[in-house]
Amino acid sequence: MKKILLILAAFGVAAGTMPAAVADPASDLKQFQAFFKKKFPTVPFDEYANGLYILPGMDEYRAQWDLINEFPPYELGLTLGQRMWEKPFKNGKTFASCFKNGGKNIAQGYPYWDEATQKVRTAEMDLNDCLKKNGEPEFTDLDKNQGERVKLAQLTAYFYSLSKGQRIKIDLSSPGAMKAYEEGKKFWWQRRGQLNFACANCHMDLAGKNFGGNQPLSAALGHTTAWPAQRLEWGRIETIHQRYKTCNSQVRAKPMKHGSEIYNHLQLYETYMSSGLPLTAPAMRN
Amino acid sequence: MTHLPRRLFLKNTLATAVLVGVGSTGLFRPGWALAAEWPKDAFAAKQLDEAIRAVFGPGPLSPSTAVKLRVPTQAENSAQVQIQVLAEMPDVEAIAVFVEKNPSPLVAHASFAGAQGFFSARMKMGQTSDVVAVVKAGGKLYTAKQNVKVTVGGCGG
Amino acid sequence: MADIDTKIRTKTQGGVTDVLVLVSHPMETGQRPDPKDKNKKVPAHYIQKLNFSLNGKEIASTDLGPAVSKDPLIGIKLKGVKPGDKIKVTWSDNQGQSGSGEATAG
Repeated sequence: MKKILLILAAFGVAAGTMPAAVADPASDLKQFQAFFKKKFPTVPFDEYANGLYILPGMDEYRAQWDLINEFPPYELGLTLGQRMWEKPFKNGKTFASCFKNGGKNIAQGYPYWDEATQKVRTAEMDLNDCLKKNGEPEFTDLDKNQGERVKLAQLTAYFYSLSKGQRIKIDLSSPGAMKAYEEGKKFWWQRRGQLNFACANCHMDLAGKNFGGNQPLSAALGHTTAWPAQRLEWGRIETIHQRYKTCNSQVRAKPMKHGSEIYNHLQLYETYMSSGLPLTAPAMRN
Repeated sequence: MTHLPRRLFLKNTLATAVLVGVGSTGLFRPGWALAAEWPKDAFAAKQLDEAIRAVFGPGPLSPSTAVKLRVPTQAENSAQVQIQVLAEMPDVEAIAVFVEKNPSPLVAHASFAGAQGFFSARMKMGQTSDVVAVVKAGGKLYTAKQNVKVTVGGCGG
Repeated sequence: MADIDTKIRTKTQGGVTDVLVLVSHPMETGQRPDPKDKNKKVPAHYIQKLNFSLNGKEIASTDLGPAVSKDPLIGIKLKGVKPGDKIKVTWSDNQGQSGSGEATAG
């Protein structure tokens, strides 16, 4: 920990600049994406969908990532997800019946504000809801039951793969959506944990640097495009909320619950900040 | 245990039947067997030299630029280090990969009867270490090595 | 479940065919502490033999150990492969389990 604090002091870590308090997502987005264009002028916009590998200085890891992509290990979990998606429920229906366009080319609008229930909904929630509507058991106990969570992650990964290449487009036109967006934004910029970091510290100011040994830091721009993703570290497909939890733990902050409203709102904010980038999920990550 | 004596030991095993079958298709090469049993001693060897000898026997090892070893200089993750070995000389019979500082250096061994002199895999490394490829071609042994840095730990959650 | 646990990819370019096989396998070394009981270790469970055949003829045989990564990816190269040729991979592990996969060259 001491080494980490020294490194931080050396970098003169600042919080970046939190955008103005008045809700204006379009202007937030412009400022957010401009930050990265200024910080990394040689990186083309679309490349941000490929994670830390595209940042200057990451060439060696990029070469390894390109090689693993010749036959990425997530193909195993993705096939399991595909089988779940295609297997009919006891009533004869399949997951496709619960979604617009049979589930194809719609993931770029997730997470979304559901006016009817006045809540942000993620793909994981809609998939679980589909099970419930069709009299099948939902995936539960996601904080503690890794097996359940990984199955849901594989299914969600397959769902996202049906929209691979589609560009992120989140609808924030309703007042409820704006409120959720603001909460997510606040969480993003707020320092937390013993290490007193905000998401912005590591993923904006320190993007492209190595943190505490062998944790290269990704740019926030493009964060959600790969998720559900397979980290080399975990060797399995996982949900984005699982990453939020472990990331919070890494700065010694108490992780929130998987599927909690605050993580849904964080996911909404983060995804909106990647507006225009193509979905690559599932993808290999560090 | 080397290739030649092992072939004699296999006289009364199931592997012999496979050898006979392979021999009749013209693919069988004297001196080594495709269907040999898993080299238990080689995988149990705790030292690099011991492991190499357990696989290939006592012949001299010649460093060769015809053995192209592709590994990262800094591995992104110690449990998924990619290695590719391309043996450019003719008559490649086998390729083996070793990580010198692993508790048991032998990672994998491939024997060929029709396939090219190429082998790739992903492997675990316990610490920064030399990675060594040994190729058997035309009855001779060739080697190449490269050091791979591995950072264990960091903040991976 | 050969379909799920042993996947094969082939790519032919300039007369050379890359054959990659990805197997769903824990490749446990036997040294990892059991997350449910610190006094125990997860038993060793790893693929030992993995063989390749082309149109029924064995063309490469590999001996693998526990240092090979989880969900192992093994690659070889072949020459003279024609579209329609059958590539098969069979494997067996130290606990007596086995699997196989097949692919047709494009």
